[in-house]
Amino acid sequence: MSEMKNYTLNFGPQHPAAHGVLRLILELDGEVVERADPHIGLLHRGTEKLAESKPYNQSIGYMDRLDYVSMMCNEHAYVMGIEKMLGIKVPERAEYIRVMFDEITRIMNHLMWIGTHALDVGAMSVFLYAFRERENLIDCYEAVSGSRMHATYYRPGGVYRDLPNKMPQYLESKLRSKEKLEEINHNRQGSLLDFIEDFANKFPASIQQYSDLLTDNRIWKQRLVNIAVVSPERAMQLGFTGAMLRGSGVEWDIRKNEPYSVYDQLDFEIPVGVTGDCYDRYLVRMEEMRQSTRIINQCVAWLKANPGSVMSDDHKVTPPNREDMKGDMESLIHHFKLFTEGYCLPEGETYTAVEAPKGEFGVYLVSDGANKPYRVKIRAPGFSHLAAMDEMSKGHMLSDVVTIIGSQDIVFGEVDR
Amino acid sequence: MKELKQKLSKAFGKKNVSESFNEITVCINSDDVVDVCQKLKDDFQFEILIDLCGIDYLSYGESDWNGNASSSGFGRARQAQKSSNQKEQRFGVVYHLLSVSNNQRLRVKALLSSNSLMIQSVTKIWNCADWFEREAFDLFGILFENHNDLRRILTDYGFVGHPLRKDFPLIGEVEMRYDEKLQRVVYEPVSIEPNVNVPRVIRK
Repeated sequence: MSEMKNYTLNFGPQHPAAHGVLRLILELDGEVVERADPHIGLLHRGTEKLAESKPYNQSIGYMDRLDYVSMMCNEHAYVMGIEKMLGIKVPERAEYIRVMFDEITRIMNHLMWIGTHALDVGAMSVFLYAFRERENLIDCYEAVSGSRMHATYYRPGGVYRDLPNKMPQYLESKLRSKEKLEEINHNRQGSLLDFIEDFANKFPASIQQYSDLLTDNRIWKQRLVNIAVVSPERAMQLGFTGAMLRGSGVEWDIRKNEPYSVYDQLDFEIPVGVTGDCYDRYLVRMEEMRQSTRIINQCVAWLKANPGSVMSDDHKVTPPNREDMKGDMESLIHHFKLFTEGYCLPEGETYTAVEAPKGEFGVYLVSDGANKPYRVKIRAPGFSHLAAMDEMSKGHMLSDVVTIIGSQDIVFGEVDR
Repeated sequence: MKELKQKLSKAFGKKNVSESFNEITVCINSDDVVDVCQKLKDDFQFEILIDLCGIDYLSYGESDWNGNASSSGFGRARQAQKSSNQKEQRFGVVYHLLSVSNNQRLRVKALLSSNSLMIQSVTKIWNCADWFEREAFDLFGILFENHNDLRRILTDYGFVGHPLRKDFPLIGEVEMRYDEKLQRVVYEPVSIEPNVNVPRVIRK
């Protein structure tokens, strides 16, 4: 018998389990991974360079496109950084709207994750159920910003506009019967907040449904338990954040430890894993969805009781009222200056981080006093997670690599920037 | 926060420690980076390296809008800026650290002298520095000594130049297309022209 040698396998970049454009060079000994070398950058769009050439507000849209399944959380970090340097205060209602949409985004992200993760590992149906629920959340995005994904809804000084009083409804169509139309419009009779409330009430049952399909599923456990175990010490060495760090048993969540926005006024808990394997990370994210639902409920209650302004009235930074512009010279000038030149940030630098669904998403802003940032560094959680791919997959089977990619919750928009 | 600042001032000298927007920055000499980082990790419990990035100070504080713009107008089509700044220390490396046990954050900044772009790698102290340093090398051309695997990471295979440097044009230098005759992909100098829609303005 001839002696077997190690061989190198090229995984991706066009592979459905590669979650985008990951190219992995795997060195295999039989079916066991000896070394994994991820090649990234296939989706590099130079966001940081582009942001340097534009006034601050024009880069908010780029933030959506970084981690394109948790859009508003990315905006939040960027916008908070600008607000911190300008020293402007955001109306409380806007803060609650932001937190509510951060949590909607978190659920959206986790639904995407659970669907694709399960699909990669071999459970088809979870994907369909998860996307059924996700559709409702995307409708919330659309109702509030007009866009289903890339919202550009958060602005320095608040949010672009207040929540709509009327949830858009499905229209009559030849393709659906009257009964069906009534059924799908049933929860869209009231305002957006009513719709979100209805969703938050029903959603725990949906999480239970995914849990029923997966948590005690023999195949799911065989594929996840004891795969890619990361000790708390190693997790910190490798720069993990978010669910990856908590899955390893380190209790760290920016929302709790360094509360931003109005998170300190809300009641929620931080789930923590024990063993640090893929299964624990799965359990942590599932519990996060339940906690997010709790936060959404609290925000909806607060927002219903407290109407008010959602944008700061510092018109050096936020656009003036359209009606004022017709008669008031000052407003006209503000509008003109804001949209042709933007605003200047004081000289200095700041690092602002939020707890994005995937981990710590941070923006390091350096300003030299101009209307454009001097340097924007985006700290994406997925970048350091993917860097740990080699260590996590060493000694595991080829098929486990797919599990690990799913467990890391990689999205290439943010890794490649 | 105050306590940390005092301790840092004691360890690294008062004039190197500054605070703004509730964030502490320690400026260090680029030769001491390994010693300082080891100390920060062991004595100050900064267990996690959150971020490491390069920065290019070439055109810091320069604006497009100079005195005579109202008579001559502002040209939108512009070449990449030729900077008049001759900075003694052009490049810097910025580290963002996090201490989970003390719930503290810290920024460490090391400026490099312009005649050498070399700095010691911190991969031995925080393993996750590996990719971050590769990124800083790729985008700025900063060299990390004792880094095991300093390859490009974000740009294309065979890319030339360091795109995040301030003298690298926004539109890039080459563009790529498939050539029917040669039956392969060819690189050519860019055909588009640089364009600035909003001038860079500094207002105090």
